[in-house]
Amino acid sequence: MSLAALAGQEGAGAGFHPVLPWLILALPLLGAAVNGLGAFLWRDDKRIPTIVGPAALLGSFAVVLVNFIGMSGAELHGAEVVRLWSWIVSGDLSIGVDLQFDQLSMLMCMIVTGVGSLIHIYSVGYMRDDPGYSRYFSYLNLFVFFMLVLVLGASFPLMFVGWEGVGLCSYLLIGFWYENREYANAGKKAFIMNRIGDAGFLVAMFLVFMAFGTLDFVPVLAAAEGTLAYGGALVTGITLLLFLGCTGKSAQIPLHTWLPDAMAGPTPVSALIHAATMVTAGVYLIARTSVLFALSPVSQGVVAAVGAGTALFAASIAIRQYDIKKVLAYSTISQLGYMFLAVGVGAFTAGVFHLMTHAFFKALLFLGAGAVIHAVHHAWAHGDDHGDGHGDVHHGDPNDMRNHGGLRKFMPRTFVFMWVATLAIAGVPPLAGFFSKDEIIWYSGAYGYPILWGVALATALLTAVYMARLMVMTFHGGNRTFGHRGAAEAGRRLHEVPAVMWAPLAVLAVLSVVGGWANIPEALPLLPTVEWLHHWLEPVFAPAIAVKEAHGFSPEYRSPVGGGEALWAGISAAIAIAAVVGTVRALSPKPVPTEAEAVAPTGFARVLHDKWYVDELYDRAIVRPSLALWRACWRIVDAGIIDGAVNGAGRAARLLGWAGGQLQTGRVTTYLVAFMLGALLVLGVLS
Amino acid sequence: MIQDFLFQAFAASAILGAVIMVTRRNPVSAVIFLVGVFFATSGMFLMLDAHFIAAINVILYGGAIMVLFLFVLMLLNLGHADWRDLRGPVGGLIGGSISIAFLGVLTRLFVGGTDSRPVVEIAGSALREAAAEQGVVGVVARPLFTEYTIVLEVTGVLLLVSIVGTILLARRERT
Amino acid sequence: MSEAGMAGALGLNGLIALFVSAILFSIGVIGVLLRRNAIIVFMCVELMLNAANLSLVAFSRMHGIEGQIFVFFVMAVAAAEAAVGLAIIIAIFRHYEVVDLDRFRLLKW
Repeated sequence: MSLAALAGQEGAGAGFHPVLPWLILALPLLGAAVNGLGAFLWRDDKRIPTIVGPAALLGSFAVVLVNFIGMSGAELHGAEVVRLWSWIVSGDLSIGVDLQFDQLSMLMCMIVTGVGSLIHIYSVGYMRDDPGYSRYFSYLNLFVFFMLVLVLGASFPLMFVGWEGVGLCSYLLIGFWYENREYANAGKKAFIMNRIGDAGFLVAMFLVFMAFGTLDFVPVLAAAEGTLAYGGALVTGITLLLFLGCTGKSAQIPLHTWLPDAMAGPTPVSALIHAATMVTAGVYLIARTSVLFALSPVSQGVVAAVGAGTALFAASIAIRQYDIKKVLAYSTISQLGYMFLAVGVGAFTAGVFHLMTHAFFKALLFLGAGAVIHAVHHAWAHGDDHGDGHGDVHHGDPNDMRNHGGLRKFMPRTFVFMWVATLAIAGVPPLAGFFSKDEIIWYSGAYGYPILWGVALATALLTAVYMARLMVMTFHGGNRTFGHRGAAEAGRRLHEVPAVMWAPLAVLAVLSVVGGWANIPEALPLLPTVEWLHHWLEPVFAPAIAVKEAHGFSPEYRSPVGGGEALWAGISAAIAIAAVVGTVRALSPKPVPTEAEAVAPTGFARVLHDKWYVDELYDRAIVRPSLALWRACWRIVDAGIIDGAVNGAGRAARLLGWAGGQLQTGRVTTYLVAFMLGALLVLGVLS
Repeated sequence: MIQDFLFQAFAASAILGAVIMVTRRNPVSAVIFLVGVFFATSGMFLMLDAHFIAAINVILYGGAIMVLFLFVLMLLNLGHADWRDLRGPVGGLIGGSISIAFLGVLTRLFVGGTDSRPVVEIAGSALREAAAEQGVVGVVARPLFTEYTIVLEVTGVLLLVSIVGTILLARRERT
Repeated sequence: MSEAGMAGALGLNGLIALFVSAILFSIGVIGVLLRRNAIIVFMCVELMLNAANLSLVAFSRMHGIEGQIFVFFVMAVAAAEAAVGLAIIIAIFRHYEVVDLDRFRLLKW
């Protein structure tokens, strides 16, 4: 605390100076190095990763916190850029390893290191029995390092380094249990889908350099309005390409299919990477380059439409999934859609606000799901150890909610925390999700997008339904872990998770409750923190908002069908509560078949269960034709032309050698003739 | 005047001797005519004020080397005419055309392509004066033993190597 | 340089010597290519060397004594070459009993 006070004093004096900025990055990197070394040197010793892994994050969080407090007490004029060293200097291009400290990046750092720390602590319990314990923490620390590079990078290329780095770590962690071929393939799928988006990011970067002659955020954003024509082709191209990168990283349509498969990784990974931080990088990118997006109404419309479409689409799929992590994955895609809808319509603050609250409650949901999976898995596994029953009969997928049910008896803490998160994401006041989501819905209407507004409202309804369904299937009713009549066995074997796992859940639950209070809307002045986040982020988004307002885009402060913000907040809260209550009422009495008894769904339910057949469509339309094409390329181009050319070259050389060998007759006369012809040639040249 | 006549006579006999030598089937008569050619060229050397060269040409070529040839011919009992020695019309055509091409190129080289810088005719007078001063051997010997000493020594080593090589090659193999 | 200039520089005899040198060389070439007997081919090579010597001596009247020095070395090398060459011929004859060049296909690996 003394450090924080010191930073505060410093900041209050003359502007803001980041305290030990390099340490924020260095600690996770060091942790990754130590744990990575540990994966080779002390594989079986779990003490060092247990200490180093979370400690690196907590240390980084402490430094971020000091800076955050310093910044909040300081007069900050524009972003504070700290140059660590020069990186690429070539001709007109000069890129440094620069860290950008402004309100947005600090907020993101708080989320990344804060939520990251909690998930690291949770992982100590979750991964306790895993043989790759040290490797796991190495990857996780490395991920946080790259995520911080992404967030703090003061130029497109440095951000891209982080962008690619988190992609790499995501790949490594999705395929963490690489012995399972399916998991390894899921990692590959994530990596490849992201490459498609990254190509867009790269090309956008080239275009930015072409237009501005620099790649640093500060000068680019400052010069954007003067350099690029409003609504021009160039700015639209840049932003659409950037958005392509976002759709890859943030799993939006059409590149969303990798995220559900990414659930193959350990559950804390899903919480950290595929819910709270990495997948929100796309939203962060748009927030970071908000001026560029504000300059292109077309891109804005595309972002908003894709976001809203993805939100509804993913929510509809989530309703019919049985894998608890898949439900949460589609829920994440859906919530990310909300964020894109927000930044698309121009409510950048709302987008970042939802990013923050979503990080809290979705991390909580994933960790809670992880606790459930952990408990079920251990119940099954330890049944075998005791050898006192026919435990193996009940073996199935611990992720499948049909194998859960009635867990509230066995896991009361997790049950409470999960309900908090569920109510938060469903948008029940006064929890976090209510404020952030309602702001997005409100602004999409207020900025004049009635259809998107309607979609957002419908998605809110679906969100409440699928989350309530998840809770009912998992925690309510009778237990099905050991079959419908296995209650006695379940009582012996199912236990609450240890404190190291539920303590982070408790912290996240508190955050899920109070997180929304950071930005109380003016229409509902229940707390003194009215529009706090809005004011905090105002310096970052002011230029973009100014651009939008200059071209006639300003919120109307009334919904498309009339009524003020307070009224519609009430309506959406009512919808959420009604949906939750209705779903619980409707589903609770219904018996749920276990995984083994389940029958395949029919009709529209089947379409939803099978995820609208997008994977199958991609497989038919892209994967198989590409495979056929490349197979043809292999057969014709590689085996035929290239190998033919190589072999032909060999044969030609042999032929040439043979022809040359024929010249070597071994007879003096032949050589003499050749020699004299050569001499003649030389003399002829001389004469 | 008489000298010029003599020179041209040597030139004519050298060419004549060479033609006859090439066309002889009998190797021994070829050797004899080659010796004649060497004598004629020695005469030309003499007229061109290269007295020492003329002398060693006769001694070394006309004497030592050609005797060596003759000796080998006798040793191997090859001193008789052989109809297979001359090649057929195809070989003649190739050889003839290459030879004519050489003649053309060399003539062109000697006549048209020689050094274009102004040349002082040091020949007659200068060489003759030097010879009168240092003796005909001395003209050649002095630079040989001053400027070109190393080359001379290396030539000596070369001759030594060739002697060793010759003995090694010509030695009767022991089985 | 014109022919008159050449004649002036070398003298008529010098020019004739060059022509004779060229002719002798060409005859040597014919001999080398036309004869099968290794010894006669060898002799024709000697003739070519002699022709070269002749031109060197002729040019020495133009450029000074170095031409004759060169001839001296050529002769020394020719002597060495003759000795080695004849030794090779003897060795081959011992083995194959012939000196017909077309009967040998030895000069290859």
